[in-house]
Amino acid sequence: MNNIDNELLKTISGTFSYTGAYNIRKNGESIDRQTTPNIDIVSKKDKSGLDIYIKDNTTNESLDIPVLISNAGIKDVVYNDFFIGDNVDITIVAGCGIHSELEEDSEHDGIHRFYIGKNSCVKYIEKHYAEGFGLGKKIISPVTEIYMKDGSSMEMETSQIRGIDDAIRTTKAKLDNDTKLVINEKIMTHENQKAKTVFEVVLNGKNSSSKVTSRSVAIDKSKQYFISKVTGNNECFGHVECDAIVKDNARVTSTPKIVANNINASLVHEATIGKIAKEQLVKLMTLGLSKERAEETIINGFLN
Amino acid sequence: MLELKNICFTREGKKILDNVSLTLDEDKFYVITGPNGSGKSTLAKIIMGIEKQDSGEILYNNEDITHLSIDERANLGISYSFQQPVKFKGITVYDLVCLASKKFLTKEDVCQILTKIGLCTNEYINREVNDSLSGGELKRIEIASVSVRDSKLTIFDEPEAGIDLWSFDNLIELFKDIRKNTNGSTIIISHQEKIFDIADKIILLKNGKIEKIGNKEDVIGSFNNKRKKCCHEGCINNE
Repeated sequence: MNNIDNELLKTISGTFSYTGAYNIRKNGESIDRQTTPNIDIVSKKDKSGLDIYIKDNTTNESLDIPVLISNAGIKDVVYNDFFIGDNVDITIVAGCGIHSELEEDSEHDGIHRFYIGKNSCVKYIEKHYAEGFGLGKKIISPVTEIYMKDGSSMEMETSQIRGIDDAIRTTKAKLDNDTKLVINEKIMTHENQKAKTVFEVVLNGKNSSSKVTSRSVAIDKSKQYFISKVTGNNECFGHVECDAIVKDNARVTSTPKIVANNINASLVHEATIGKIAKEQLVKLMTLGLSKERAEETIINGFLN
Repeated sequence: MLELKNICFTREGKKILDNVSLTLDEDKFYVITGPNGSGKSTLAKIIMGIEKQDSGEILYNNEDITHLSIDERANLGISYSFQQPVKFKGITVYDLVCLASKKFLTKEDVCQILTKIGLCTNEYINREVNDSLSGGELKRIEIASVSVRDSKLTIFDEPEAGIDLWSFDNLIELFKDIRKNTNGSTIIISHQEKIFDIADKIILLKNGKIEKIGNKEDVIGSFNNKRKKCCHEGCINNE
């Protein structure tokens, strides 16, 4: 781990402290790992990635699995499966930091599958960040699949902080009875960057609920696409909210789809796309902030 | 402290303000009133720089601020409370009060400020200033964001708009407190007689012109033949 690695690690996983269970992956290989009596991390034998086992009734523990890429030209694909027992309460922090100063593209595709046991509660935080002045593109295509057993809940925070040129993030979830899924996504794109988000949530269980909130800011000539599909197959509640601020010549497209296959399914989609509201700028200027500072404050608040 | 000279403002062929001239003194409490469409809110926005007059000059402490931006006027000590409070996604009540005060405030400091305006602070401090708050709550937070600035001139644009009667009585108490304990001048755009009671001077605008400047009796006298009650008891609005 050099200084660049440490800085990347700090950015994508600010709370990381080498305590609890963790696995650090750098340039396509695991370089450091720690397990605990309740959390086991095993390298897959057939492909690149990890099988992570969290025992029933595990509480007050954390798991960090950061990925660092500092070699330009690498295309790193990793398959991580999380087998989470019953009655678990855990926070899992993942993320990818890319540093590139060269011409070649760098890419990380993390395919994460969560199998969440009965009555378990999972908080999952995922951050993506890239830096460096190399002309090579920094690309990510994370895929998250979530399978939730009866009574379980998951809160997922996913963010693309800065510097990613091309991203396609796909999240799919299937929910059983009495489950709750909350997803908060924050994205900011600049220059010619492109970001596409696909959410597919299937509410199979009675009293299952999902709330997906996406807040994004598109600046310069960047483009964003937000596609969501929520299917209600039972008495359930699904809510999708996409809010985007556009500046300059940026474009945002939001495509909602909600499918009710049961008369007791209640599904809502809301989408708002527009520039920063004039009255918000005026309000902050009446407090003494310059127009530029007011814009920055509104965007930072919106994404934080 | 504030001098408006020959302010004119016309939109879509209608004269909203017609050659308005007005001088306001330091440490006084003014109410600007008049029928709907008389130009009250436009005048308030012109003082803050939110609207630009077509012609006329504005002097503030003998400095010509006619061409200064909103933030430049704010930094000279002018504050403005919106009739319709502005909502923000992601900015909390704590954030907004800190931004307004321009200094670091602890959560306890903000709690004290919110308590003064009648909000139960633990419930509010971390909430976003968005649609989840009621009209009355947003209005109180708006007033807090202005009162924390210790301005030399504070303008409230129809503070009674959108709040219930119970909150209105508390609002009157708040303005009494501001009048008693705050240095600087206050301008309130209002239709409410109860607010007239605490004013040093009431300015009556009609058809974009100043019709009268005086005390409550003088101004209400001008309305006597045509006033009727509307939204609240004591509301003067001849529409």
